[in-house]
Amino acid sequence: MNYSEKVMDHFTNPRNVGEIENADGIGEVGNAKCGDIMKMYLKIDGDVITDVKFKTFGCGAAVATSSMATEMIKGKTINEVLKLTNKAVMEALDGLPPVKVHCSVLAEQAVKAALTDYYKKQGVDPEPIVGIIPDCEDCH
Amino acid sequence: MEKRYIYADHAATTAVSDEVLQEMLPYFQKNFGNPSSIYAKGRENERAIMNARERVAKCLNADAKEIYFTGGGSESDNWAIKGIADKLATKGKKHIITSVFEHHAVLHTCEFLEKHGFEVTYLPVSPEGLINSEDVENAIRPDTALVTIMYANNEIGTIQPISEIGAICKKHGVLFHTDAVQAIGNIEIDVKAQNIDLLSLSGHKFHAPKGIGALYVRKGIQLPNLIHGGGQESGKRAGTENVPAIMGLAKAIELATANIPEKIAKLTPLRNKLIDGILQMEQTKLNGDREKRLAGNVNISIVGIEGESLLLMLDYYGIQASSGSACTSGSLDPSHVLLSLGLVHEVAHGSLRISFDEEFTEQDADYILEVLPKIVDRLRAMSPMWETLTKENKKLV
Repeated sequence: MNYSEKVMDHFTNPRNVGEIENADGIGEVGNAKCGDIMKMYLKIDGDVITDVKFKTFGCGAAVATSSMATEMIKGKTINEVLKLTNKAVMEALDGLPPVKVHCSVLAEQAVKAALTDYYKKQGVDPEPIVGIIPDCEDCH
Repeated sequence: MEKRYIYADHAATTAVSDEVLQEMLPYFQKNFGNPSSIYAKGRENERAIMNARERVAKCLNADAKEIYFTGGGSESDNWAIKGIADKLATKGKKHIITSVFEHHAVLHTCEFLEKHGFEVTYLPVSPEGLINSEDVENAIRPDTALVTIMYANNEIGTIQPISEIGAICKKHGVLFHTDAVQAIGNIEIDVKAQNIDLLSLSGHKFHAPKGIGALYVRKGIQLPNLIHGGGQESGKRAGTENVPAIMGLAKAIELATANIPEKIAKLTPLRNKLIDGILQMEQTKLNGDREKRLAGNVNISIVGIEGESLLLMLDYYGIQASSGSACTSGSLDPSHVLLSLGLVHEVAHGSLRISFDEEFTEQDADYILEVLPKIVDRLRAMSPMWETLTKENKKLV
C-alpha cells in the first residue's frame, strides 16, 4: 500500500487517541464486518470543540484519517467543523490510495455522528444542522 | 530490544539464492543462444534445457517429457484446468470438482468455465482447513472431467490428503490436478506413487526467480496447446524459452527438495514455538490444523485488531508478514480461505500469517514473540471493537 509519509506519521503516532469521560457527543460509524469502526468523542463548550478523542479499528488509512480529523477540528467552532469534508482530510494527509478514500469518508462521518449525538443530547433535532449520515455500505 | 529485520513472508515469495543466481548467470550473456538455433550456441542451450527438464522431473519422480516450463503457478493452473476442460468437453464431460479454498488461479478459472457451460462442485473444507477425500469420491459423476485440489493451502498451510484423492481419482478414471505451489520443497512429492495426473509449481516460492514455473502432465494426457507458434515445449507453449530462468528453476527445485525431512525437523519446533507463544494472548485462534500443516506456516486470528494495521506496525519493527484482512486483499471481504473455515468477518480481518524457511532462527521467533504482544496491546487499546467486546465480556474465539 502506497501511503504518504503523513499517513504513516499519523498511523504510527496517532494524535488524540482515547476516550473522553462525560463527552458531550459520541459518534460511532462503520462496522466490524467491513473492517473499519471509528468512534469519536467530543467535548463542546458553547459552540467550540474544546477536546476530541478517537478510537479506531481498521487499516492504516482509517487510523490516520481519524487522527488527522481530530487535529483539524480541535479548537474549532461547530460551524467550522460542519464544513469539514473527507477531501480536506485527504488533502491534509497528502492524499490516499484510491481504495482507501472510503476511510476519509468514514472520518468525516464519525465527526458528524458525534455532533448528531451532541444535538440529540441537547434536545435539538440534528438533521437540519448535521444532515443524514448514510450507512457504512454506502461509503464504499 | 535491538531491532531485527525478519522476512517472514516466504509463502508470498522468496529471494533468488546465490547458488540459483550462479546457475543462471552464464545464460544471460555468454550462453545467450536461442535453443532453436542450429549452431553450437543454440544446440548447447537446447541441451541445457533438456538437462533442466530432467532435473525438475527427477524431483517429482516424473519423466522429463512430462514437464512443461511455464510462466509460473497461475499459468500452470490455468493451462491444466482449461486444457483438460476443453479436451474432455468434447467427450461430454463438463463437470469439475474443486474446493472452496483454492488459490484464485484455480477458483477464478473454474468460475470462468462455469460461464462457458461447465458445472463446478466446490467442496467444503473442515474448520481445520482440511478436505475430506470421501467428499471427493461422493462428488465424482460420470461426466466429471477433472478433480483439482491444492496440495497445501497458501494461507493456512494445511496439507490435503493428496495420495488418498489420487487413489480415488484413479479408481474412478477421473483426471487429478493439484496446485502444489506451496508444497514444493516442503513435502516430498512422488507423482507416480500419488497418482497425480497434473501438477502446478512456481519457482519464486523456493528461491528461483519470479516468472518461471512448470506444469507436470502425465504421459498419455494430450493437453491442448496453450500458446500457438513455434515448436518450443513440444509445440504446446510456443515462444523462445527463458533459458536463465529455466536453469534457475532446475537448480532451485533440486536444492529445495534435497533435504525436506531435515527442513521439517528444523522448522516444526520453531513453528510450534510461535503458535504457542502467540496463543498466550487472549482471544487468539490458530487457523488451520496444528499438525497437518506446512512446517513453516503460522496463521493466527487476533480478535479486536485489523490485519493491515498489524502488518504496518510489524513492518515498523522490521518484521515482514502477511494478513488475510480485506484491507490487504484490496476487496471488501476478508480472505475466502479464512471465511471457508467458518470464521466470522470480524475474526478474519485480524489474521496474521507468518511463513518462513531455513533462514528463520530461534532469535527471530523470540523477537516476534516479544514485539507482537506490544503491538496487539497498542492496537487493542485504540480499538472500539475491543472496547465493546471487553465491556460486554464477549469472546469471539
